[in-house]
Amino acid sequence: MPSITKPVAAHPSLQRNELGLTIRDYEGSMSTLCAGCGHDSITAAIIRAFWEMSTPPHMIAKLSGIGCSSKTPTYFVGGAHGFNSAHGRMPSIATGAAAANRDLTYIGISGDGDSLSIGIGQMVHAIRRNVRLLYVIENNGVYGLTKGQFSASADVGSKSKRGEPNRMEPIDPVRMALSLGATFIARSFSGDKEQLVPILKAGIAHRGFALVDVISPCVTFNDHEGSTKSYLQTRKHLMQATETDFVPPAREILANISSEGSTSVTMHDGSVVNFRRVPEGYDPTDRSKVTAFLDHHMKTGEVVTGLLYLDESSQDMHELSNSTEVPLAHIPFETLCPGSKVLDEFQEEYR
Amino acid sequence: MKTTDVRDPAYFHKVVDCQWACPAHTNVPEYIRLIAQGKYTDAYMVNRESNVFPAILGRTCDRPCEPACRRGRVDEKDHKPVAICRLKRVAADLRGDISHLLPKIPKQSNGKRIALIGAGPASLTVANDLRPLGYEVTLFEKQDKPGGLMRTNIPSFRLPEQVLSDEVGVILDMGVDIRYNSPVKSLRALLDEGYDGIFVGTGAPRGKDLDIPGRQEAAANIHIGIDWLESVAFDHIHSIGEGVLIIGVGNTAMDCCRTSRRLGGKDIKVMARRPRGYFKASEWELDDAEEEGIQIVINHAPKRFVLENGKLTGMEFERLEWDAEAKKSRVLETIFLPADDVILAIGQENAFPWIERDLGLEFDKWGMPVVDKTTFECTRPGIFFGGDAAWGPKNIIWAVAHGHGAAISIHNHCQGIPVSDRPTQGSNLVSQKMGLSEWSYHNDYNPAPRQRMKHVDLVERFSKLNIEVELGFSAEQTAREVQRCLNCDIQTAFTAKRCIECDACIDICPVQCLTIAKDGPEEEVRQHLSAPAVNGDQALYASAPLPQTGRLMLKDEDVCVHCGLCAERCPTAAWDMQKFDLLIPYAGASCTTSYASQLETSPR
Repeated sequence: MPSITKPVAAHPSLQRNELGLTIRDYEGSMSTLCAGCGHDSITAAIIRAFWEMSTPPHMIAKLSGIGCSSKTPTYFVGGAHGFNSAHGRMPSIATGAAAANRDLTYIGISGDGDSLSIGIGQMVHAIRRNVRLLYVIENNGVYGLTKGQFSASADVGSKSKRGEPNRMEPIDPVRMALSLGATFIARSFSGDKEQLVPILKAGIAHRGFALVDVISPCVTFNDHEGSTKSYLQTRKHLMQATETDFVPPAREILANISSEGSTSVTMHDGSVVNFRRVPEGYDPTDRSKVTAFLDHHMKTGEVVTGLLYLDESSQDMHELSNSTEVPLAHIPFETLCPGSKVLDEFQEEYR
Repeated sequence: MKTTDVRDPAYFHKVVDCQWACPAHTNVPEYIRLIAQGKYTDAYMVNRESNVFPAILGRTCDRPCEPACRRGRVDEKDHKPVAICRLKRVAADLRGDISHLLPKIPKQSNGKRIALIGAGPASLTVANDLRPLGYEVTLFEKQDKPGGLMRTNIPSFRLPEQVLSDEVGVILDMGVDIRYNSPVKSLRALLDEGYDGIFVGTGAPRGKDLDIPGRQEAAANIHIGIDWLESVAFDHIHSIGEGVLIIGVGNTAMDCCRTSRRLGGKDIKVMARRPRGYFKASEWELDDAEEEGIQIVINHAPKRFVLENGKLTGMEFERLEWDAEAKKSRVLETIFLPADDVILAIGQENAFPWIERDLGLEFDKWGMPVVDKTTFECTRPGIFFGGDAAWGPKNIIWAVAHGHGAAISIHNHCQGIPVSDRPTQGSNLVSQKMGLSEWSYHNDYNPAPRQRMKHVDLVERFSKLNIEVELGFSAEQTAREVQRCLNCDIQTAFTAKRCIECDACIDICPVQCLTIAKDGPEEEVRQHLSAPAVNGDQALYASAPLPQTGRLMLKDEDVCVHCGLCAERCPTAAWDMQKFDLLIPYAGASCTTSYASQLETSPR
């Protein structure tokens, strides 16, 4: 791939968003991942989501750790801030960045290895703190970068490329996040942008930690017969629990109530997540009902997708810690760092 | 939607817009790549196979390929097509010896005798196609030199005589029995000579006259454009008055005004009835004329010639005002413009005074022979028409296309095959993948603007009549211009059964050409693509149903830049970049090969 370039051409009738930017303005460098990698599709969905939301590229901070997934921030929104951290440490870096500047839109890209093995402790606490962060797990069930060993999300019985089955129980990030009190939980599939893009947009609008677990087949090491995370298997076992629209603020809401009932949730910025379809008896704002639903479908081997749980009532990290509304970078230096005299006085109080 | 059948040569041919638009279907992208590699002789031969006169056309072609060029649709800045015609000249100017690459002429005649009337591009093409098959070809020409209107009507400052003679000579050297100064005065007499086939390529030799008051009285200073150009070409006319009015604003008018400029004309005006934008002249010919100080006057209709003491002093015109669509006009005033000479360039027409009307050759109510559009045969079997003689004035490249088609008919006629039995086109599709991330062509194009042709200095060019104005592209200009080509013949070929619907191709496409969607009526599908396919002239490629979901892979061919990224990002090689080579049938040759497909190395 590095040898082949993407021409500058653009479709003559390419649309522009509210900032006057085309979708190509939200692209990054050319991907160096394997051809057909699900991650590239997620990248395309992220590009579309940010473009559709007219987020100014310089107001986006993209963070990642290590892994195939963690390479992808390079491939979208070239004009954004970026931080590539140590393996599994992205949630902590993101927490720090969010604490210092609440004006930016944070997106963390991680994988099943980065999030569910080495970085699980970091992720758990970012969820607990409810850091305002769109957290995308590009979940393929293998360590692609080290040639296809099983990851912590591999299903029992799923076979490696050589035919060896996995015997250990998987960690399901969705159910784990639910138990940790996450406020926005979704699962999607890299091959279904119609579903993924509105979820990502809702996740960007969500004030708090938004977890999106995306099944993202690894074409090189996990797209064979016997794999439970191949394109074919995922398509076969996909169970779309909810269908959602994301409606930006001050737009007409076209409620499309299906027989199975619909509901909508208003976000803090005035935008609305409109659940076009939810199963009977399902309530995406009721933690225990969602848990029961997931437990039930887990047994049948179905991959439940959609925006599964949404809680707009809880406080995010800034509200919990009553931290400054002004980004640290915008506070005058004398105020931010008032000098040793003030420090001495402060310490005197504790003597 | 109907699944697209790429085995039909017409499908991918249409994607190569330039080749599709060219009447002779010259393989443009192929020869541009050959120029890029410095293989000028091969580039010339790829041209010659289809258009026969690359050096002549590289200077004079009407360029139907250029408005069609996809680069004009996707170019971000100036929307200018690739300078295809200029590059043709590059190939021609830099070509080496081609004698060993020309078709072999058999020593033995095949016993069939063919008469061609008029040594212009149409007849010469017929000779070019039939001589290698062993036909005895006799060419009747009224002048003492070959070339037809290419010689008489195109001034030598646009087409140097040597360039013309070289390419015409190649055909005559195939053993054509050319008879100069031999106008055919009677078709009956020619028929009596027992030829097996007759081809009429006499052009449209009669310039239209303007019958307004004063025409007869001032005849000495009023010239018919094409006749006047012919007299200049044959050295019969060497000067013109200082004040010249050209009536009409087609390409002949441009040649007349620029020739006048070189023969002593100082104040030259081209008089147009209608506003700009409704002119028949090619835009670049207008530019070239204006560069030489020629004034183009719009909205003036000729009213009468004005004489004083029996000599032309000028013309009266009605100044017109047109409605928005330039359909209706009203006269504002009558004005007088002085002139020493007037040249009429208001069109030309066919004339067949030498064809007896009782030979079984039908003429229509306009006095034109009835000629079949595909076989070029008139209502009397064995007599064929082509070039301007067939359906009125067109241009050289059409004459060549007619010549090829008529040669097939003549061959059929002589071999006892129905002339309506046309050989079909074929095509080759060959993968261009060379290895990991390696393709046999350059996927990226140069965003550089179209290169401008340099001209000989204004003073110098007027010193002699035959100084070629256009200097040709420099090496640097050529290098830049060849890189502007998008390689539209390197096609995106799709194998549905391999697709795993990973979306990689859709995500990477820089111009939103691709969509995976549910089947539906084409009109509906066109509206719901990654980007709406608004250009109905361009095809929508529809795959067979995809294995996993039964949806279709759809591709809007309109603005594809043939970058190959879909194939590059495809994990299963469902997309491949394959070079399309149109196999055009010529007389007596089956369409299993082309010059391009015989080249030793695969072009890069």
